[in-house]
Amino acid sequence: MQSDIKRLSLILLFAPFALWIALLIILPHMGMVVLSLREKVAPRVYEFGFGNYIDFINEPIYWNTLLRTGSMSILVTFLALLIGFPIAYYIAKIAGKRSRGALFLLCLIPLWVSDLIRAFGWILLLRETGVISSFLTDIGLIDQPIEFLYNDITVVIGLVYTVILFMIVPLVSTLDGMDNAMIEAGYNLGGNGFTVLRRIIVPYAMPGIVSGCIVVFMMTAGSYLTPILLGGKNSSWFTEQIYDQFITRFNWESGAAFGFLLLAFTSIVVWIGLRLTGQTLANTVAKS
Amino acid sequence: MASSTKNQAFLLGYRAYMAAFFIFLAAPLVAAGSFAFNDSLFPALPWQGVTLDWFFNDSEPKLGMFHDRRLLRGLYYSGIIGGMVALLSVFVGTTNAFLFVRGNFPAKNFFYILMILPLVIPGVILGISILVMASNIANGVEDRFNLELEFLRPGILLVVFGQFSFVTTITSLVITARLKKFDTSLEEAALNLGASRAQVLRTVTLPFLRPAMIAAGIVAFLVSFENFNTTLFLVGSESPLTITMYDRMAKVGSTPVLNAVSFFLIVGSGLLALISVVIQRDPKS
Repeated sequence: MQSDIKRLSLILLFAPFALWIALLIILPHMGMVVLSLREKVAPRVYEFGFGNYIDFINEPIYWNTLLRTGSMSILVTFLALLIGFPIAYYIAKIAGKRSRGALFLLCLIPLWVSDLIRAFGWILLLRETGVISSFLTDIGLIDQPIEFLYNDITVVIGLVYTVILFMIVPLVSTLDGMDNAMIEAGYNLGGNGFTVLRRIIVPYAMPGIVSGCIVVFMMTAGSYLTPILLGGKNSSWFTEQIYDQFITRFNWESGAAFGFLLLAFTSIVVWIGLRLTGQTLANTVAKS
Repeated sequence: MASSTKNQAFLLGYRAYMAAFFIFLAAPLVAAGSFAFNDSLFPALPWQGVTLDWFFNDSEPKLGMFHDRRLLRGLYYSGIIGGMVALLSVFVGTTNAFLFVRGNFPAKNFFYILMILPLVIPGVILGISILVMASNIANGVEDRFNLELEFLRPGILLVVFGQFSFVTTITSLVITARLKKFDTSLEEAALNLGASRAQVLRTVTLPFLRPAMIAAGIVAFLVSFENFNTTLFLVGSESPLTITMYDRMAKVGSTPVLNAVSFFLIVGSGLLALISVVIQRDPKS
């Protein structure tokens, strides 16, 4: 009787989970893969085959865009970690009790501001008629207005800006749980600042670092607005190719193949990252 | 002595770095928000004086956001979609929390990783995969039974499903974290005092989870509101606000009314985020 109730409640709890994962994640992705393996041979006539993937390999623009998206996303992830780690460390370990809460709040409040508004803000600052350009002309530093938009550096800065809080917030939580005595012990044993950072702090924070890196990498590789708006027509971001196939050319088969390629490529990068750092998905992203 | 001055110089440099970072963090938001108050037809310098026209003026050329029917419609649809996503994802997030904290079943770790997965799948891919499946079903039903299932075509319901598919991971994590802190002896005490299981759930466990559920609901609403990538593929004629804004930016170019919307959204989402943080804070600490 008691165990029947237990079993029933387990089934009732499992049902929403199973419906969610099966109907909105697993089946749609399987459908996407199946669709990507369909070749159009004539109007409304399809055949099974790898044609969409062969097209991808034969067209350098496609795979160049994917490689470019991947390598720029790795760069953005690395920069976000490099810039964000000291910020998180300051908030968690150096700031006084009062300012710690305030600083963390300053990171949490703008966390959910849309990419669109962030990119719009950058456009107003950086375009030829924008704030920075006109400020520099006003104080006489430059003669001609400068266009800061539509280049790769701006895209990278904009992407780092969009994702960095998703790096800092999990890092603060991880570092916050670290006992200060561990750092002091490191110094007492004769380690200098760099040794303590490398041998004690970073290993301790590794799950948080990897978790932040995974989320940031995936967000960057999957981002659409920031590269398009800040990079302009030549931003060559892979999500733009997917959109182009789906919406503009109405070639869903090829768009589905591109979607699968993006997913496979980013998953492989994440898998390699987990392998290199000796972490697993369960003890990193799941913990944050 | 020498090391303490060196340390102080280091700390000073560190503080300067922190200050620079927060300026970097604020600059685009300040730019996006403040031009809403510039009395000019373009969101650019020079500053022409302060106005509230971009919020409240009711006629062209300075049509304020609260009189712009398309923007208001976008805001309305975003609100409806966000509310539905929040309700659904908090419900499933709560059942997931009980499932993974209390339940014992085979391959639990595997299922837990499945639960995390939607958070790291790029939103564009969630969007196209759900679009493909919904269209396949709708086309199949149409071919076989000659029945048009309108709700499986791009529109509000698909947008809700698309956002719900990954927002639920966030709500599940927030509520799970809270449920893990729950002291089960409280439930046992209530059971010993003669309460039924349903009563315990209603009067002891759920009130304990309430702050996390509210916070998760707010975060779900915010993520839904600002989402663009997944929504883009699933949207029908009822465009939510981010899509409407993007269209306006692409077609009309940047106009200060977009700054007014930005200001409204930055302040609104900031306040909601603040509430979600405060509500989760332990009264003790």
